[in-house]
Amino acid sequence: MFISESYRKIMRDGIWDNNIVFSQYLALCPLLAVTVTATNGLGMGLATLAVLISTNAIVSVTRHLIPSEVRIPIFVLLIAAVVTVVDMLMDAWLHELHKVLGLFIPLIVTNCAILGRAESFASRQPVAPSLWDGLMMGLGFTMALVVLGAAREIASAGTLFANASLLLGDRFKFIELTLIPDYKGFLLMALPPGGFIMLAFIITGKRLLDRKRVANKAQAALLSEAIPEEIR
Amino acid sequence: MKSDSDHIKWLIEEAVTYKEFLKHWLEPSNLERLRPRLAFQTGVLAGFALIASFLLGVTHCSTHDAIQQRLDEDLQKSLAEVVPSTLHDNDLLQDTVTVPSTEDNLGANETTVYIARKAGQVSAVCFKLAAPDGYSGIINMVIGINRDGEILGVRVINHAETPGLGDKIEIAKSGWILDFNGRSLLGLTDAQWAVKKDGGVFDQFAGATITPRAVVKTVHRGLQFFNRHRNELIGS
Repeated sequence: MFISESYRKIMRDGIWDNNIVFSQYLALCPLLAVTVTATNGLGMGLATLAVLISTNAIVSVTRHLIPSEVRIPIFVLLIAAVVTVVDMLMDAWLHELHKVLGLFIPLIVTNCAILGRAESFASRQPVAPSLWDGLMMGLGFTMALVVLGAAREIASAGTLFANASLLLGDRFKFIELTLIPDYKGFLLMALPPGGFIMLAFIITGKRLLDRKRVANKAQAALLSEAIPEEIR
Repeated sequence: MKSDSDHIKWLIEEAVTYKEFLKHWLEPSNLERLRPRLAFQTGVLAGFALIASFLLGVTHCSTHDAIQQRLDEDLQKSLAEVVPSTLHDNDLLQDTVTVPSTEDNLGANETTVYIARKAGQVSAVCFKLAAPDGYSGIINMVIGINRDGEILGVRVINHAETPGLGDKIEIAKSGWILDFNGRSLLGLTDAQWAVKKDGGVFDQFAGATITPRAVVKTVHRGLQFFNRHRNELIGS
């Protein structure tokens, strides 16, 4: 691969091993409120991604300036400012989506994951890894929102990526699918409790996968120890 | 000319000095020395606040017009749904009357009434109104009424009612809201302006009575509001 080992680790952490939703269980409030459809999840995820990259970059550039005594107010101030800027830009240029997500965009300020990345990563690392970390954590978060949104949308309405053209433009009309025609609907999945239930299924699935992976690795290690070098 | 080039030279020298100073000042070792100082911490906090305010100000100024335009488009779209374009040849957004409506319980102390005119004569009016007593919060609506007091149409702009139950008030989910078309205060008695469960003529939804009840009551109040101000609106 053309990227170094440390960057690969950041990528693995952000997308899978240390995923904001599936491993850190952070940001569940906006997550459950927004992910009624996959499109909403994608919109919220991309907004969070933009905020995360910007705040990580700003915090990393100014990390030597920020005294540890006042770092939290500075981080919160920066995050709030960036979120408000994103909110205004979306209202102006992605107005239809903003009408759906408008209520939840300001909630990104309270997304503890963003403060968490500023505190535990960007304030200690140079700009390039911080940008990369913001991108990967944001992508991991977006992925989680889209997966959860898609699962809930299919279960509750039988569609996938409904209204995606509001977000991506008319060229993407083709990804708006109706998977189950004449579906009567399953209201529970559109309501927050359904979000919790679906999230539990997804997290269980991920942990089972992880366990299997660890077991496979252990078995492989055991095998390589047991078999002498010459035979292998 | 000579003095000009001297001046520029002097400026460049100054800039270089400042750059050197800034470079030295921004060295991590120098900053480490400064960070524990209270004055430095205060300054940094103030500096970040200043930068944040500047950023917000710039974004606000550059998006303000676009946002206003989007809101106007939204309003125009919802007004067009309740007042057909055949009924007017003027710009509804420019032809407005503001009427105090604290008593009418329409969700605002002042209601802006958009006047539709055909060849100078008032053909219909429309205005926004809100039901404060929805199942989960306020239901914002827009209503169009013709000069005879008949409803041309009612549409829900936004609401937070339960998806699958209360959201049948949206035109996208069901045709329930079309039942208001053509209704007037003359056609129905006050008691009939209610859902069927309360002895009125309007359907409720299975599993949701509060939402349609709130909408019916508010539309009724809207008609009464129109009736009270009829002369002043139609005559204007």
